[in-house]
Amino acid sequence: MSVRSLESDLPICFSEVGIVTSGVAILDDISLTFSADAPTLLIGPNGSGKTTLLRAAMGLLPVSRGRITWGGREVSPPTRRAIMFQHPVMLRRSAAANIRYALAAAGVERAEREPRVVELLTLVGLEPLAHRPARRLSGGEQQRLSLARALARDPAVLFLDEPTASLDPAATKAIEDIVRAISARGIKVVMATHDLGEAKRLAGDIVLLHRGRIIESGPAERFFAAPAADDAKSFLAGELLI
Amino acid sequence: MKTFRNFSRHLIALTLGAMVLTVASCAAKNDKSIVVASTTSTQDSGLFDYLLPIVKERTGITVEVIAQGTGQALDTARRGDADVVFVHARSEELKFVAAGESLKRYPVMYNDFVLIGPKSDPAGIAGMKKVERALQAIKEKGATFISRGDRSGTHIAELNLWKSAGIDIDQAKGPWYQSIGQGMGAALNTASASNAYVLSDRGTWIHFKNKGELQIVVQGDARLFNQYGVMLVNPEKHSNVKKILGQEFIDYLISPAGQADIARYKVEDQQLFYPNANDPNA
Amino acid sequence: MPENASALHLVLTGDPALFAIVRLSLIVSISATFFAALIGVPLGSLIALTRFRGREPVIVVLNALMGLPPVVAGLAVYLMLSRSGPLGSWGLLFTPLAMVVAQTVLVTPIIAALTRQTIEDLWLEYRDELTAMNVGPLRRVRTLIWDARFSLLTALLAGFGRAAAEVGAIIIVGGNIQGFTRTMTTTIALETSKGNLPLAIGLGIVLITIVVLISALAWGARRAAERFSG
Repeated sequence: MSVRSLESDLPICFSEVGIVTSGVAILDDISLTFSADAPTLLIGPNGSGKTTLLRAAMGLLPVSRGRITWGGREVSPPTRRAIMFQHPVMLRRSAAANIRYALAAAGVERAEREPRVVELLTLVGLEPLAHRPARRLSGGEQQRLSLARALARDPAVLFLDEPTASLDPAATKAIEDIVRAISARGIKVVMATHDLGEAKRLAGDIVLLHRGRIIESGPAERFFAAPAADDAKSFLAGELLI
Repeated sequence: MKTFRNFSRHLIALTLGAMVLTVASCAAKNDKSIVVASTTSTQDSGLFDYLLPIVKERTGITVEVIAQGTGQALDTARRGDADVVFVHARSEELKFVAAGESLKRYPVMYNDFVLIGPKSDPAGIAGMKKVERALQAIKEKGATFISRGDRSGTHIAELNLWKSAGIDIDQAKGPWYQSIGQGMGAALNTASASNAYVLSDRGTWIHFKNKGELQIVVQGDARLFNQYGVMLVNPEKHSNVKKILGQEFIDYLISPAGQADIARYKVEDQQLFYPNANDPNA
Repeated sequence: MPENASALHLVLTGDPALFAIVRLSLIVSISATFFAALIGVPLGSLIALTRFRGREPVIVVLNALMGLPPVVAGLAVYLMLSRSGPLGSWGLLFTPLAMVVAQTVLVTPIIAALTRQTIEDLWLEYRDELTAMNVGPLRRVRTLIWDARFSLLTALLAGFGRAAAEVGAIIIVGGNIQGFTRTMTTTIALETSKGNLPLAIGLGIVLITIVVLISALAWGARRAAERFSG
């Protein structure tokens, strides 16, 4: 991938961030930093605030309290960030055209687009399906296309919201392999999952969320070997956090 | 796919271009054309279908006919939207001239009205010689009567007939008197569907295809006389009026040739209109 | 058109008068749909994607105008185009162009209202993705219109159907002049008033057949295009 010498969006710093929608606190007192290294995995039960945290980090949600900075700046258009939603929406075009569209939106010159389309489709293994309408792809293929579309923005940081939630093991493995590959290229990955095994397989850092608060965060090895918080211990022990 | 899209774009552009051109060509009016506001009876009787090609041949004028009731046709002319009016309500035409909307009225031709009714004849008036007596009987029996109710020449003639029969129709009308506010054909269709009486001009009646159980019940009374007149819209009031072509059309209608052409129009071997441009009192 | 002819006979013998009437009907209705789309699609998109004071009443009125009585639209256009009206000097009354204007007035609210709904629904679906891709307002509108093109085609067909079927507006502003402003629907009205009911019904069947054929063509084009671009 091409290397751009723009100011980096990293590190992304949350300081005492709270997000309230319709009088309900979704995130409360979140302070954490995403910096350029191995993937950060957000774990926690449904409704714990993982999706909201990803959207806030992407810059899609206004914060109610505290502040978020991207590379030290408080306002930053999402030029070097990309997100893949849990339920990605396919534009009503072919797989290739979906990527071509994202390239155009990211300001890539017309002449440079075609080679990038081929490169990205090959990366996610969809090259043979380039001309198929995106909405007729299978669930796993749509997830991979969405991933390629996010990568078309040549991001420094990539947010993934439970990309494997509804996939079978083979499709899950395909996604995880791609995540490893792009992480190896130096792209920071922040990914939400509620699959502990997946977190173990991919994580550099772990952030455990519950009811909009951070229960525990830190390097994955330490987290899995010796969790500090009581809720973290019971979560790892397979108990339900309520 | 790219080529497909390019192809369809060209196709769309081509179609639109062609369409705009066609509309433009349609909109470009024939130079030698006039608009004549006339009555439904002249159209529904088929007179114009017969006469206009002859006009075109003899004078080179394309006549565009707007067929309305007499009242509406006079309104259209009053707004300056027609060059010539060709209608049949003498009293209204004289008012039109008196108001300066036209400089001169020319009598052209006449036919007559006929009282139409169902074969069952619930009012018992078939064959009567006096139309007033027939109308009185319809009112007394409460037999269904369809009125045009649209200020047309036929409607005005009908109102005058009720008056001369000594009936104040505004007072006397009940459920039996149905005012439909539509053209001659629609009134005949309604009468045919409900076996009612109706006043019609003879031309439209002969030409009408949906007679059903209807027939002529009263005819031949001098009061049923139906005079047509033609007028050029006053060009001093509306500068767009094509006075030369309009006058040329009128001159043709009242010329011996035009009068003979009108007399020659027949449906089922019956003459529909009788020219009388020479009658100064018509 | 010859007297006493059946519609079937006219079709089979390729009667030139009937052909001219069909041609004029199609030109007028297709042109009106085209101009209405030119106004209605951007207008509907604008209302769908912007928030302003009085937006809801505007939507209610727009939806209600889909049911605008043709006679009212015809009368309004008539008063505008009449020699005594504000645009009288253009001399458009009783011409095919006047009929295009009247039908454009009728069809624009239909296309605008359906576009508004379609674009708004699609925007709800696309909002997150397009925002995340940092897509600017202009490209956003273009994307939504292009991706909604198949639904918008249906809106255009609805508008065309309305135009092709109505008689109230064009008979007022066109005058039903033989060989000049006489269309399928005004011919049907005329033949009905002559009591020539079989011919009127026959012409009605011809009209319906043509509308169905156009609808089928549009459907076929849609299916073919979908296969290419989903």
